[in-house]
Amino acid sequence: MVEWTEQERAIISGIFAKLDYEDVGPKALSRCLIVYPWTQRYFGAFGNLYNAEAIKTNQRIAQHGKTVLHGLDRALKNMDNIKATYSDLSVLHSEKLHVDPDNFKQLGDCLTIVIAAKMGSAFTAEMQAAFQKFLAVVVSALGRQYH
Amino acid sequence: MSLTEKDKATVKALWAKIQKSADTIGGDALFRLFTTYPQSKIYFSHWTDLGVNSASVKAHGKKVMGGVALAVSKIDDLTKGLLELSEQHAFQLRVDPANFRLLSHCILVVIATLYPQDLTPEAHVCLDKFLANLSLALSERYR
Repeated sequence: MVEWTEQERAIISGIFAKLDYEDVGPKALSRCLIVYPWTQRYFGAFGNLYNAEAIKTNQRIAQHGKTVLHGLDRALKNMDNIKATYSDLSVLHSEKLHVDPDNFKQLGDCLTIVIAAKMGSAFTAEMQAAFQKFLAVVVSALGRQYH
Repeated sequence: MSLTEKDKATVKALWAKIQKSADTIGGDALFRLFTTYPQSKIYFSHWTDLGVNSASVKAHGKKVMGGVALAVSKIDDLTKGLLELSEQHAFQLRVDPANFRLLSHCILVVIATLYPQDLTPEAHVCLDKFLANLSLALSERYR
């Protein structure tokens, strides 16, 4: 089981408490699609993704970015049982969406960079470490039901 | 995923802007590497201080960014340009190349905190490709 220090819990809830989901969600997902273009494979039905500008202004991608970011709320509310919390979502991503689990990490990295850009130097090394640990646990949980 | 002319131009333009903060970026990125990926500290077991204010960390961060600067200047042939550094990392330092990717990520995070307006998604993909190619060139002599 994952052990969280009090400091880590405080850092992670602090980041989410101040998070502008409407802004960060779309930015993180669109950045992922631009930096790792192969991830666009899952969004064939989302319309125009021909270039960075199109991706950044695509409303369906923006909406989906918010959905994905809110998906992290589940882990935030169940930090001591993230594995079980994502069991259904893991099955969904494996059986229905067929997402390569490597892509979860890539989205996580983009999210980290978007948050770093928003917070500036307030996003300290300790905060980065705690946040990336949180994301790593979520990514692991999401990949668990693949077979 | 080789660098296009556009990638090279974007990297050079971004580097010109952030170059003055290179030393700070290096020290901060290295400290973030140690904090986020503690396994990377094994290469520095000979240092007594790996804290945020450590002189050793700051000096080494400056050295690392010197390597990045060299890479920017040799962007048209990274393998050839970084040959000596590759030999050093391969035969003397024997740093597991997996760590290059981790440090690259930390460098990107630091640039994001210092230059949020400049690390647009378009610039990010170019810089990510550059750091990946740099890492590959640095791994060239390993085996």
